[in-house]
Amino acid sequence: MSQASGSGTPMSDRKHVLSADNVSKKFDTAEGPVVAVDNISFDVRPGEFLSVIGPSGCGKSTLFNIIGGLTPDHDGTVTVGNEVVRGPHPSIGMVFQEESTFPWRTVIDNVCFPLEIAHVPKAERLDKARHFINLVGLNGFENRHPSELSGGMRQRVAIARTLVSQPKILLMDEPFAALDEQTRLLLGDKVLQIQQELKQTTLLITHNITEAVQLSDRILVMTYRPGKLKRMVDIDLPRPRTSDVVSSPAFGAYVARIWGDLREEASRGMQDSERAR
Amino acid sequence: MRAAAISPARFLPALFGLFCLFCAVAVVEGLLRAGLLNRFIVPLPTEVAGSFGRLFGEEHLLARFLTTVQETFYAMAILALIGVPVGTLLYQVPVLRKATETWISALASAPIVLMYPLFLVIFGRSAATIIVMGVIAGLPPLILKTIEGLSGTRQSLINVGRSFRLTRAQMLTKIMLPAALPTIFVGLRLGLIFALINIVGVEFLINFGGLGQLINDLAERYDMPGMYATIVFVILVSVLFFFVTERLERWLRRMA
Repeated sequence: MSQASGSGTPMSDRKHVLSADNVSKKFDTAEGPVVAVDNISFDVRPGEFLSVIGPSGCGKSTLFNIIGGLTPDHDGTVTVGNEVVRGPHPSIGMVFQEESTFPWRTVIDNVCFPLEIAHVPKAERLDKARHFINLVGLNGFENRHPSELSGGMRQRVAIARTLVSQPKILLMDEPFAALDEQTRLLLGDKVLQIQQELKQTTLLITHNITEAVQLSDRILVMTYRPGKLKRMVDIDLPRPRTSDVVSSPAFGAYVARIWGDLREEASRGMQDSERAR
Repeated sequence: MRAAAISPARFLPALFGLFCLFCAVAVVEGLLRAGLLNRFIVPLPTEVAGSFGRLFGEEHLLARFLTTVQETFYAMAILALIGVPVGTLLYQVPVLRKATETWISALASAPIVLMYPLFLVIFGRSAATIIVMGVIAGLPPLILKTIEGLSGTRQSLINVGRSFRLTRAQMLTKIMLPAALPTIFVGLRLGLIFALINIVGVEFLINFGGLGQLINDLAERYDMPGMYATIVFVILVSVLFFFVTERLERWLRRMA
């Protein structure tokens, strides 16, 4: 089980597949500068499932964009292996919160997309795409368009499309946020199964405590604005894990502990948004 | 699901539309027969309908139609070849877009058909004049809709492209243009209608070519039923073009 880690790690430490070192981001708004992410440092180990949790508006998505290389102008460094992330990195595969499948492509064509860009021969890319479609449980839907699928299925297409490029790190920003609770639990099972099968290093951004505890080896709890690292919690639940784990007393204890950390932050966020009205 | 798809209720709006059209025509027929409208200016709708056979036989309506279709087809091809790249260029160069967008919008509502003498001097009394007038009339909506479509690409799709490290050209061809295709096709359809109006208008004005020339001929002969029948035919052609581009859009979206 991974240990809590609150400080930066030297770039040469090969035990970590990804490191964030003193990452900060400030936005200039009409009301003045807003610090979205403040001096956050953490490491992700190979094969680990790390979740970042925090109340709405704490800078989780900003952190996601920084790690994914979509927000280059920030302070601090993000490194993958020994390379500093200065833009989208080939080792990081991203799954977005918003609907991101290409509506004009079928499921298999969506999943083939990164392989097409990489000029992988057609037969090989179809084989790979079918493998990952099967992995996310969408076999039989290869020739459907996203408009013919449910929200959960579309997110699975997006996950398969990211996985097919075989990234070292799977970075997901609240991929199940728009789904109902039952679908979310079942998709959690699917993600766990994939993560265990591929030994996929995964970094999940979420605001859902049960989802974070169900899936993670460690959970990084963020404060409400400015988004700082409040606590790193090791989740010592047995693996392989399924959604059945949610009924265990240990699961409940972790949820209660993280909610204890988050309650104050969420209240501050709520007061802030009420004041803004 | 299947039963619902072929339910008669699906055809109700179209049937209601046809019924309204029939009622309007019947009212005009009634007003004309009652002497409330001048039959020398507006012919009886039944006479208009009856003149179609004569138009096909004596006035070679089909050949005229094919001439107009050919001119419109060339205009549409040139439109797509110029309009989409120009719209894309203006989207990608914001300074150029800001400098020209207002002018292009103004051009969309300008009576471009009045420019025909200029092109008559340049290209003579020929199909080239007609096609160029059609292209100029159709360009503004296509350029504006191309810009609108590209600007409206969902950020999440762009982020997917960025996460896969697409080049600028790949981002454009693999994500932005396919995502913008429905809007671009709205522009193409509008452009096509604008082009068709101008093509028939210029054919009429320079007395050359297809359906517009026929309308001119019939008007000069004071063949009102024939003239109105040809106008109705032009409207039907416009509807046909609209339908064809809609089908083309669906096909292209599948191919993209």
